[in-house]
Amino acid sequence: MASLGLGSRAAKPKLDRDAWAVRAFMLVIALYLVVALALPLTVMLSKSLSTYRFDLTAFELQIDKGEGWSVPVTLASLADALPADKRPELATNHDGRFGVVDLLPDFSFRAKTRYRLRNAADGAVYLYGSERIADREWHEYSSNEFRRVVVRPAASRGLDNYRTYFSTPSLVQSIENSAWIASVSTVLTVTLAFAFAYALARTCMPLKGLFRLVALIPILVPSLLPGIALVYLFGNQGFLKELLLGESIYGPIGIVIGSVFFTFPHAFIIIATALAISDSRLHEAAVSLKAGAWRRFWTVTVPGARYGLISAAFVVFTLVITDFGLPKVIGGQYDVLAVDIYKQVIGQQNFEMGAVVSVVLLVPAVIAFAVDRAIQRRQVAALSARAVPLEPKPDPAADWSGFALCLVVAVFIVGILAVCQFAALVKLWPYDLSPSLRNYEFDRMDGGGWEAYGNSIRMALYAAAIGTAVVFVGAYLVEKTQGFRTGRTLFQFLAMMPMAIPGMVLGLAYIFFFNDPANPLNFLYGTMAILVLSTVTHFYTVSHLTAVTALKQMDHEFESVSASLKQPVWRLFARVTVPVCLPAILDISIYLFVNAMTTVSAVVFLYAPTTKLASVAVLNMDDAGDIAPAAAMGMMIFYTNVAARLVHLALTRGLLARTQAWRRR
Amino acid sequence: MTSTSTPGGEAARPFLRVCNLVKAFGPFLALKDISLDVMEGEFVCFLGPSGCGKTTLLRAIAGLDLQTSGGIEQAGRDISLLPPSQRDFGIVFQSYALFPNLTVARNVAYGLESLGLKRAEIDRRVADLLELVGLPDQGAKYPSQLSGGQQQRIALARAIAMSPGLLLLDEPLSALDAKVRVHLRHEIKSLQRRIGVTTIMVTHDQEEALSMADRIVVMNHGVIEQVGTPAEIYREPATLFVADFIGAMNKLPVRVEDAEHARLGETRLQCRPHALDPGAEATLAIRPEDVVPVEGNGTGSANRFAVTISEMEFLGSFWRAWLAGPAFGAAGLEADFSVNAIRRLGLEEGKQLTVELPADRLHVFAGAGVDEDG
Ligand SMILES: Nc1ncnc2c1ncn2[C@@H]1O[C@H](COP(=O)(O)OP(=O)(O)OP(=O)(O)O)[C@@H](O)[C@H]1O
Ligand SMILES: [Mg+2]
Repeated sequence: MASLGLGSRAAKPKLDRDAWAVRAFMLVIALYLVVALALPLTVMLSKSLSTYRFDLTAFELQIDKGEGWSVPVTLASLADALPADKRPELATNHDGRFGVVDLLPDFSFRAKTRYRLRNAADGAVYLYGSERIADREWHEYSSNEFRRVVVRPAASRGLDNYRTYFSTPSLVQSIENSAWIASVSTVLTVTLAFAFAYALARTCMPLKGLFRLVALIPILVPSLLPGIALVYLFGNQGFLKELLLGESIYGPIGIVIGSVFFTFPHAFIIIATALAISDSRLHEAAVSLKAGAWRRFWTVTVPGARYGLISAAFVVFTLVITDFGLPKVIGGQYDVLAVDIYKQVIGQQNFEMGAVVSVVLLVPAVIAFAVDRAIQRRQVAALSARAVPLEPKPDPAADWSGFALCLVVAVFIVGILAVCQFAALVKLWPYDLSPSLRNYEFDRMDGGGWEAYGNSIRMALYAAAIGTAVVFVGAYLVEKTQGFRTGRTLFQFLAMMPMAIPGMVLGLAYIFFFNDPANPLNFLYGTMAILVLSTVTHFYTVSHLTAVTALKQMDHEFESVSASLKQPVWRLFARVTVPVCLPAILDISIYLFVNAMTTVSAVVFLYAPTTKLASVAVLNMDDAGDIAPAAAMGMMIFYTNVAARLVHLALTRGLLARTQAWRRR
Repeated sequence: MTSTSTPGGEAARPFLRVCNLVKAFGPFLALKDISLDVMEGEFVCFLGPSGCGKTTLLRAIAGLDLQTSGGIEQAGRDISLLPPSQRDFGIVFQSYALFPNLTVARNVAYGLESLGLKRAEIDRRVADLLELVGLPDQGAKYPSQLSGGQQQRIALARAIAMSPGLLLLDEPLSALDAKVRVHLRHEIKSLQRRIGVTTIMVTHDQEEALSMADRIVVMNHGVIEQVGTPAEIYREPATLFVADFIGAMNKLPVRVEDAEHARLGETRLQCRPHALDPGAEATLAIRPEDVVPVEGNGTGSANRFAVTISEMEFLGSFWRAWLAGPAFGAAGLEADFSVNAIRRLGLEEGKQLTVELPADRLHVFAGAGVDEDG
């Protein structure tokens, strides 16, 4: 055949406007993930490796006691001259200051002695008052002035912080504590959730719909709310205190009970899904092979739901080990990792050590995440085989024992909330039970008042609106565009990462990154924007997966057809993709809204006096001893979320009704 | 318009030229140096087994998946590197890809709406198109309310709405049941004739290709095995793969004697001229319907064999017989006999007869096996 002269050149496509737009958008969203996730975490990691030490050899001192200047000596040699028990501690943090006069045993600010100090090495810095002196000149001071001279530490990189961490028993103890309560909570929650889900799926008991609804309630409240209820029930004045047989609720017991409460719905959803997809034909086969009910349970039901059980276990473990609010409220002296981060950062201002604890906390979270992802992939494979759903048959004994079990769980869940609501509405539990709205006068308490509640709603709305847009557009670009393969893979990875990052860790990383005056994004620090940013990022993964699932269900040739009809991508996106995916989009926004209302850990480091949030107010009021107002605020969050869910339900229903002509179900 | 291999001969310039196209997926070559010309108004089918690269070639022509190297020219324009939106084609996929949330009319109008036409003008064009595909009253329905065959026709209407120069169809009928499929074959073909659009259809159904195409491009393992009219492809397969892939074929191992003869066991057979070297191992191929039953006992003359009918199967308009004879080994020889011939010769299972393998129907291909061709 005649050659066209097109020969064998390597093909590189011409890009049309669409392709440029797609690339631009992809870049913007990738940039979002880099700025909101990758960079802060990198900075945090590097902080955990930064150590600060007073390098006394870098400063030289001369003294004039009236008989002329002495020979210059380094501060180090002065320190060495001190008796062993008086020598200064040289390890410090980035904020450390060391008063030079501490090295001079006979110092008196009234003496006529004069002092000269100079930096003897590049990079050495000392302060006179707030004046920063970094040059290499001699500076002279009277003894009264010399009181105010402090040297600043030198930074270096290394594992020193980690060495310090692992050689401090009180800190290391937290690892064991965290692992212990997370393990116990996991076993309890998964067992309970499995029993609950099993009863709902495999018996004919009444009120299933109601139980299913009740099981999901804990998602709507901050994780520290059960802590407050437990304080009322079992605390020092609790009327059920005797039930603990002398044990204190402040500590592992309280944390575990509260953890079971707030992780229950997560485990329940996963296990219920796993049970729903297991195959009735297997059961029929087992019955036909004359396997008894017990044997069928262990050989068919449990193996069928095993991926769900394992996945639920990892999710619960991660939730508990990374949770901050609950142990803060009810942990008492029992230290756990998430609270340690808070104590290091807020209490001791030791940011480097906070970063070290964060990295330690990242390890189990990342492992759990990786295992969970691997399992999810297998579960999907198991799902693809067509299963026939199991229809339970009436069996009074099983039905009523299932009912009893579900009732106990439901009473536990509703009871926790009822206690909070009741305590919020009485004058002073347990002494004066007359009704009162005094606890709702938030403006009179420390914590932010009604303004915090308003801020929370605003923040949740922003997070829902902006987050949904970013997540959905991002998922669309990853899922439905061509080329740019490495970029897309990287993007996928970044989108999955937030799931493995505990909220506290993200928050601390944001302090390091955004609070740095050298960062051009520094202006975000202390604004509503940074709260929205951290919330959206913290809850990015689940939202992203929801969007991807919805997009995968769309015919992957739509884009090709649209291009062949010479239509821009955005038109297809607006006219087809978004309308078809609207239920998923609504799901993402309600997910972001509810979580923005309840999250504490992602925002506790980042709020400013003008941007206090309701969930943080619960924490702070509880901290200040205003427990009833804290409960009242917690319940406000609950009612707000219920209202949001109702709106979401109405919207979804209305949408499905209006579009059922074309939606095949 | 049963065109021969290149209508218009040298004078006409092809509408679509594909030159030395290569597509690699990592180390795997899905298309190996494909070159092809398509004339204006032609209906061409890409035919081949699953995974041979038909879809890949079609998508490269559309610009949906860019080739690794090579060029494509359409209507005198080099489109090799253009994005799909700057090429001139309409496409129909196996899944139809109708927008579920838009009515049938809006689906068809999707491309027209941005041309700056008046609403009334668009409505008129849509009505015409729906009329053309035989669904004039369905405009207000949603795709999910239509049958598969109807959805297919809407997808077709949408694809031709912008009057594209090239219509691409990727297995458009394979999701439909057999009856609808045969009916739609007809419709698509006559629609294509009426509007005269150059059309490329991908299929792995040989019947579909034989009944619809002006020319068929038979592909295998990323290369073109043969291009030709359905009759050429069927009667004069260029390779053993084509011979075997299309229709039924008896294959017999032979040794080449000279340019027109081959030896099957003890028998020297006259066959179609070929270019194989004497002494080479080769495969002799003949279609069952080309095996001729002869009256009387004429074994002596050329290309005749005495055989026994070991089994017969009634297939409606003809009988298929399995013939056993010393020359044909364990596999035997398949032959299709008309109902007439059966009656005339009184054939039945176990009966002996003489068959002739006409020299002009005996193809000789290189190689001993079927799967060793490239
Ligand atoms: N994205 C891809 N990555 C890797 N290999 C691919 C990809 N797309 C196609 N292939 C391979 O290229 C070859 C040709 O694929 P193609 O889809 O063109 O086949 P086809 O002839 O259309 O087959 P079918 O009749 O099954 O549709 C196949 O072997 C396929 O596995
Ligand atoms: Mg294909």
